[in-house]
Amino acid sequence: MQLTVWTYEGPPHIGAMRIANSMQGLHYVLHAPQGDTYADLLFTMIERNNVRPPVTYTTFQARDLGSDTAELFKSSALAAYERFRPEAMIVGASCTAELIQDDPGGLAKALGLDCPVIPLELPAYQKKENWGAAETFYQLVRAFAGTRAPAPGAARPARAAGDRARCNILGPTSLGFRHRDDVTEIQRLLADLKIDVNVVAPQGARPGDLTRLPDADFNVVLYPEVAQNAANWLKRTFGQPFTTTIPIGVTATRDFVKEVCDLAGIDSQTYLASERSRLPWYSRSIDSTYLTGKRVFIFGDATHAMAAARVASIELGFKVVGLGTYSREFARDVRQAAVQYGVEALITDDYLEVEQAVRELHPELVLGTQMERHIAKRLGVPCAVISAPIHVQDFPARYAPQMGFEGANVLFDTWVHPLMMGLEEHLLQMFRDDFEFHDGAGPSHLGGHGGAREAQSGADDIAAEIAATTPAPLATPGSTDTVVLERPAVAAADEVGGWATEAEQELRKIPFFVRGKARRNTERYAADRGIKNITIETLYDAKAHYSR
Amino acid sequence: MTSVLATAKALPKEACASSERPVLRQRGQREVFCGLTGIIWLHRKIQDAFFLVVGSRTCAHLIQSAAGVMIFAEPRFATAILDERDLAGLADANEELDRVVGRLLERRPDIRMLFLVGSCPSEVIKLDLSRAAERLSVQHTPRVRILNYSGSGIETTFTQGEDACLAALVPELPSCESSTPRLLVAGALADIVEDQFGRIFAELGIDDVSFLPPRKSGDLPAVGPGTRVLLAQPFLTDTAARLQERGCEILTAQFPYGVEGTTAWLATAAELWNIPRDRFDEVIAPAAARARKALDAHKFRLSGKRVFFFPDSQLEIPLARFLHEELGMFPVEVGTPYLNRQQMALDLDKLPSETLVSEGQDVERQLDRCREAKPDLIVCGLGLANPLEAEGFTTKWSIELLFTPVQGFEQAGDLAELFTRPLLRRTRLEV
Repeated sequence: MQLTVWTYEGPPHIGAMRIANSMQGLHYVLHAPQGDTYADLLFTMIERNNVRPPVTYTTFQARDLGSDTAELFKSSALAAYERFRPEAMIVGASCTAELIQDDPGGLAKALGLDCPVIPLELPAYQKKENWGAAETFYQLVRAFAGTRAPAPGAARPARAAGDRARCNILGPTSLGFRHRDDVTEIQRLLADLKIDVNVVAPQGARPGDLTRLPDADFNVVLYPEVAQNAANWLKRTFGQPFTTTIPIGVTATRDFVKEVCDLAGIDSQTYLASERSRLPWYSRSIDSTYLTGKRVFIFGDATHAMAAARVASIELGFKVVGLGTYSREFARDVRQAAVQYGVEALITDDYLEVEQAVRELHPELVLGTQMERHIAKRLGVPCAVISAPIHVQDFPARYAPQMGFEGANVLFDTWVHPLMMGLEEHLLQMFRDDFEFHDGAGPSHLGGHGGAREAQSGADDIAAEIAATTPAPLATPGSTDTVVLERPAVAAADEVGGWATEAEQELRKIPFFVRGKARRNTERYAADRGIKNITIETLYDAKAHYSR
Repeated sequence: MTSVLATAKALPKEACASSERPVLRQRGQREVFCGLTGIIWLHRKIQDAFFLVVGSRTCAHLIQSAAGVMIFAEPRFATAILDERDLAGLADANEELDRVVGRLLERRPDIRMLFLVGSCPSEVIKLDLSRAAERLSVQHTPRVRILNYSGSGIETTFTQGEDACLAALVPELPSCESSTPRLLVAGALADIVEDQFGRIFAELGIDDVSFLPPRKSGDLPAVGPGTRVLLAQPFLTDTAARLQERGCEILTAQFPYGVEGTTAWLATAAELWNIPRDRFDEVIAPAAARARKALDAHKFRLSGKRVFFFPDSQLEIPLARFLHEELGMFPVEVGTPYLNRQQMALDLDKLPSETLVSEGQDVERQLDRCREAKPDLIVCGLGLANPLEAEGFTTKWSIELLFTPVQGFEQAGDLAELFTRPLLRRTRLEV
């Protein structure tokens, strides 16, 4: 039993729904109690789909448990087949139906429907959403491509001379983080390389298209969380190699181009020589100097977290101070990646543990999911979202891929914009008493009408939400005390020793966005040394101690 | 081909029905939330209560997703997610639950009341949460009172979760043996609405008024033979039954939507307290006049329009009554997840006889009827709204009717506006 406040992933049948909703002509019959239909809103509200997901739920109730839930499953499956006439069906159970052990697979088989029916076993009390998506995709690929499996050991026929190389793109799904635009970007890249795309799956594929998967020379795996199992099986069965580089960021995209060209047996140098990303120059231009060594905390699914760490570290010059994932299936990869940055990977699906880590590491930028965005908001740290779980904001109207060279441009903008610009930071430092520049003032480009920074009372979650969305009353010019950004650490001061008045005044001269950190560092420094009274000397001793 | 609507309307009249009106009952996919969803507003209402769902990852995911927005601060609800080991042995599951509750109460010393909320999986494996609540109460008394109820989808639909929660509170209410009449308003209302009603009752001279649920778990109202219960929400079947067992009298009233509904609701109490009609009219006059004026601004947009309700919150019948009687709309079909004929009687009687009332759902066949009826406005859940909009229909998502203060005179205009806005928006957009 695990105490959970928020979850990074849904149950595995949500993963199966993502596959069903990604594809065309596939229908999912889900044995599930009344109420599980909430999942429809993930697709219709969050992703703004204009049709309902292709899912039929049996929605059994207590009174059905006493009678015949198996019969209910059969009648629901039959009605769904007759109404939707799918090309194929997947059937399975949600967490509650798993307990009543009706065997949806067997029941559906007994119906003798005139379409392939693929049973899914998704253990709801062990596994989670991404695992469910991967397993569902793998079962579908096996079911439809399996019919074409050659004799074991048979050599893969060579591509005819003069034929263009062909690949499949595997992994993009409904509810994926920017999958829609990533696929477009990667398709453009492959077209530029003169590599044909055989099938994109699951997004947009029909069951029959999966039968054509073996026709490709190799597979491009964009999201291992979803496509790794299927790609492994295709490699084993058809000798199809697959890509392992995730093209997020400039350097990874270059590596990806090389990997793809090697697999296709073509030259990559001509293409790479004409590379058009703006990130390298933007990152080298001198105004980016202030990005140097910015402390960044990264958390997300394994693919996006590892890619973000690479981009942050070698393409933007940040310092990775924390790296973690909720994707336990890829814990080993993330741990390995973390070693490169000299940090220990945080592998957890406990939101509170992530919050604690962010608090302790004092990052200057958080790259995370929507959950970390809220953690960062509460702590007053800038944040950019890099990964699912998805939120309605993660489906922007504009084209905003994460992958490829255009994706790298998007990363530069989305990660750098939340930060205070270099010169702005210095001006704030030098002229902190400017009447428009105090803590309570909104951004000056909003004509003085911008909202004040969020009050960090922490007392009421709703209040914090409201404060973030409602413009706060305009602060009186000159009054720097209208907004309390950092709760005075009364308890800590009592235990360790208080702040001398001059030290407190000196602390207030430090810009508000680093003042909290300065206060915490100084108190920690004092506590470690048993200093009872924090003076200006202590403040600057601590500053020297913690300066990098 | 026979029209699906015609088929639906040629229903046999039910022999046992108290009302003459036939009700369509179909069995199929029910596109509704389960009772856990009520936690989203209940945890805000009772300010020192915590709701711990004992369930699966699906339960946690539902509450997180159903709120429509995600509030990521630490809320006063959480899920104890069952895993394989809990399923293997119930003894261990109980130990695990004790551990989780201990950890939770340690983290949240501000909590005075803890609800263990049962879910589909906890019910199917027969994890006895009432015994767990008793056991844990002993451990954590007197600091925390621990209660339980079921919000499972196999037992409850959406708002029935609040019903189950309030029903669980009833045995905890102190006793008051006095037969002097006192008024209890049952059903969670927005604080602002509660205060408005409180002021009206006070002005009418009904002094002893309390509300269930209270804002603080320590302020549980006393009940007994003198208690007259006015239901503020139309889904409190079990709560009413439990209150009746405590000797309370449950009043049958219209529900307080719009001018007419609110007037009738307040009048039910006023009559019992023998308040002269003149005095009653005098007290409500200013607010009622304001509400009428507010409704007039919406009438011309809504009057003559046809509305179709998918089942969701059990608010459908009184809301259809409001839209029909006060704004001139015509309800084509009013679907409700569960029909309590007794409590709904007065609102139900005011629906046109041509209106099809349906209980339960087969969502596919209901969508067929809806498409055929081509209503001007569809009130439906979040899963259906965008697809119907994409088909060219105008929709109002029903969950907002629960999350917005809509009862009483001062909110009558706001309530009408919730239905006007989608129609108005369609006329504005040129893209």
